[in-house]
Amino acid sequence: MLGKTANGLYWMFRYLERSENTARLMAAGQRIALTRSHADDEWASVLETTATLGPYRARHGEVTRDNAIHWMLCDRDNASSVLAVVESARNNARLVRTALTREVWESVNESWMILRNLLSQRVGERELPAVLTVIRNRSAHVRGAFAGTMLRNDIYNFARLGTFIERADNTARLLDVKSYVLLPSAHAVGSSLDNVQWETILRSVSAEGAYRMTYGQDVRARNIAQFLILDRRMPRSLAFSVGKLVDNFGFLADAYGTLPPSGKKAAALQTGFASASVDGLLDSGLHEFVQGFLRDIADLGAQAEVDYRFYD
Amino acid sequence: MIAPMRMTTTFDEMWGRGTGQSQDAAVPNGSPDGPPEGPPEAPPEGSVNGTPHGADSVLPGIQAARSGRMTQAQVMYQGLRPPYAAFDDWLTGENPARLLRKQHEAEEVFRLTGITFNVYGRAEAAERLIPFDIIPRILSAREWARLARGIEQRVRAINAFLHDIYHRQEIVRAGRLPAEMIARNAAFLPQMIGVEPPGGVYTHIVGIDLVRTGEDEFFVLEDNARTPSGVSYMLENRETMLQMFPELFARNRVRPVSNYPLNLRRSLAACAPRATKGDPVVAVLTPGLYNSAYYEHSFLADKMGVELVEGHDLRVMDGRVAMRTTQGYKPIDVLYRRVDDDFLDPLNFNADSGLGVPGLFDIYRAGGITIANAPGTGIADDKAIYSYMPDIVRFYTGEAPILQNVPTWRCNDPSALSYVLDNLHDLVVKEVHGSGGYGMLVGPTSNKKEIAAFRDKLLANPANYIAQPTLALSTVPIFTRAGLAPRHVDLRPYVLVSPDGVTITPGGLTRVALKKGSLVVNSSQGGGTKDTWVLEE
Repeated sequence: MLGKTANGLYWMFRYLERSENTARLMAAGQRIALTRSHADDEWASVLETTATLGPYRARHGEVTRDNAIHWMLCDRDNASSVLAVVESARNNARLVRTALTREVWESVNESWMILRNLLSQRVGERELPAVLTVIRNRSAHVRGAFAGTMLRNDIYNFARLGTFIERADNTARLLDVKSYVLLPSAHAVGSSLDNVQWETILRSVSAEGAYRMTYGQDVRARNIAQFLILDRRMPRSLAFSVGKLVDNFGFLADAYGTLPPSGKKAAALQTGFASASVDGLLDSGLHEFVQGFLRDIADLGAQAEVDYRFYD
Repeated sequence: MIAPMRMTTTFDEMWGRGTGQSQDAAVPNGSPDGPPEGPPEAPPEGSVNGTPHGADSVLPGIQAARSGRMTQAQVMYQGLRPPYAAFDDWLTGENPARLLRKQHEAEEVFRLTGITFNVYGRAEAAERLIPFDIIPRILSAREWARLARGIEQRVRAINAFLHDIYHRQEIVRAGRLPAEMIARNAAFLPQMIGVEPPGGVYTHIVGIDLVRTGEDEFFVLEDNARTPSGVSYMLENRETMLQMFPELFARNRVRPVSNYPLNLRRSLAACAPRATKGDPVVAVLTPGLYNSAYYEHSFLADKMGVELVEGHDLRVMDGRVAMRTTQGYKPIDVLYRRVDDDFLDPLNFNADSGLGVPGLFDIYRAGGITIANAPGTGIADDKAIYSYMPDIVRFYTGEAPILQNVPTWRCNDPSALSYVLDNLHDLVVKEVHGSGGYGMLVGPTSNKKEIAAFRDKLLANPANYIAQPTLALSTVPIFTRAGLAPRHVDLRPYVLVSPDGVTITPGGLTRVALKKGSLVVNSSQGGGTKDTWVLEE
């Protein structure tokens, strides 16, 4: 496979994952904003999670609901807006068209056509939930076509690397931005979290139901941290994402006959998770842990680009 | 040389020759100097606008059948031609509303598939669809057999011509082609002198543009011997028709076109350098995502199951051209390039090219890679050379040409010049090296002042011009809200050449001028495409 193709697949799936994550964060943000008197604080927190609060302030100054929504959906100045990342995903798909099945290509292309149309004007608060649903549905559509029609070879593996690096990054950012909810007082044994706050965190990763299945109605900071960081059954947790990275580096190593430095980094991350305990993480500082993790994931991605000759 | 024709009637391929008075004079006007990449080239704008059009009444067919009354159009045409019998039978039973819906569905299919061409310099509508018309163009087995013979003859002659031009130039020595036609021609590539392309093939892929004026009257408008485009439309048009009207293919025995990508790969592989071991590695070289024909490049790579590469994916290593893969560099045997000669190799050609591969041509000269088509093939489809094609065919095949050239007056010849000056109002006069319809005169649609002004330009530099008569291009019906209506068409069949032989896909790409009376089939100017059927015996 061409290095360029691996690069295109990797980014195509990073961008698709990002569109879905942003939609999810926005849905949770809107929900909590409705229940708060300082609603705009919540939008600032969402912007921070998407790692675009700085550029937003530079462009718009004060955080307002309408501007924040526009910014994250389709503002031309935001390279991570849903519209921009769907367009980038589709451009990458065109670039790697020969590596995709017709169904996957058409699904991505159709998503772009639908969202370009839907996001061609400002989306009002009333339309927002429906629009966010379309964004998530389109992502599910592409993923479905991908899972159902793609050969499990190196093409598939590079797409998966992109998906899980993006997902790990997103969940880690959410944990970081919300760490004040989880720490430090919340760590105190027995204290229950503010209902709305924990709900936001879980909603942001579509995990309210999954959490309830695992822990019942007992919502505690410790459990949420355990769930989102270390639970390998939870598909948006850090441990799950790292596990998938290790798997896919492993498949590539089987195909290519060698495990490059990026694959070894992923394996080391996984080993770290295996011996970690949530209490230990919370004691030594959630923020420091998450910052470290974000750095590791970024390094890992950069190393993979070198190992697999994404660029000249 | 035949006299200029001033046709008063138009041949409709479904309904035969019109018998009424029509002023449908048409201008055959290829543009071999135009950019070979991009949406299929067509008569450029300006060449034909304002052409009077008469035969635009609604044709017989579903409209008349449903209303039960004879239209004037039916009186004007001779009657249904045999290749369309089964189709017309089906059409008569169709509900126009359903067809209209199908027409829209087809557009959706194309949009979803992403069969688009890029329009440069427009951010918004950067990707556009080429309109598709659901009425197929149908050729009988007999018509096709004759065309195919003519095409093969012409393509063999072109390859022999190219070999000769870059070696001994026998045709010049024999006095059949003036030396300055080669020496002073910008399309001649001196670097190719003495080079032996692997397998002896120069033009691996050729698109011959044809127009029709009558039952058995076909003219070659131009020979696309560089990097002809449009074949993806031929394939997708058929796919779409099969998807929308499966019942039509049960009623008509239509020769398939879907083997093209397989044949292309085979044909390319058969031209691999002699030293190639095992299955040759083939790749398609594209200028990139923003090239107007990018869709086609990725389509062909996909269907052939080969890599689609750009210049920066390639480099010269150990005497080979290799592509950067996730596991290191891997040598390529055959490069199907969709990049112009000039941009292939900055060391040997245009030094400013960011698209090419430094040193590619050196490897080619040394026999380390096949480039398809070979560099320098543009000399064979040059506008000035075109007028010599009948001689070229005779010289290399020893046979009379099966397909006609549009008669061409070379104005550097004093007797031709005097004829052209006397008949400017009937002729199309073009610059020899011009492209895109600039600097040309369309006599029948120009006023006295324009003709007078052009006469001065012509007299100032006669050698810079050629002249051709106007032809009455055939029409094929398209589907409109009002029923069927005749529109002008051309045809580009696709030809593959390898040491194993010449393969011609039955049919080709039919381009149709969708605007009433227009002769502009160019997609950027309201042109569309049709599925083209060749029926089995």
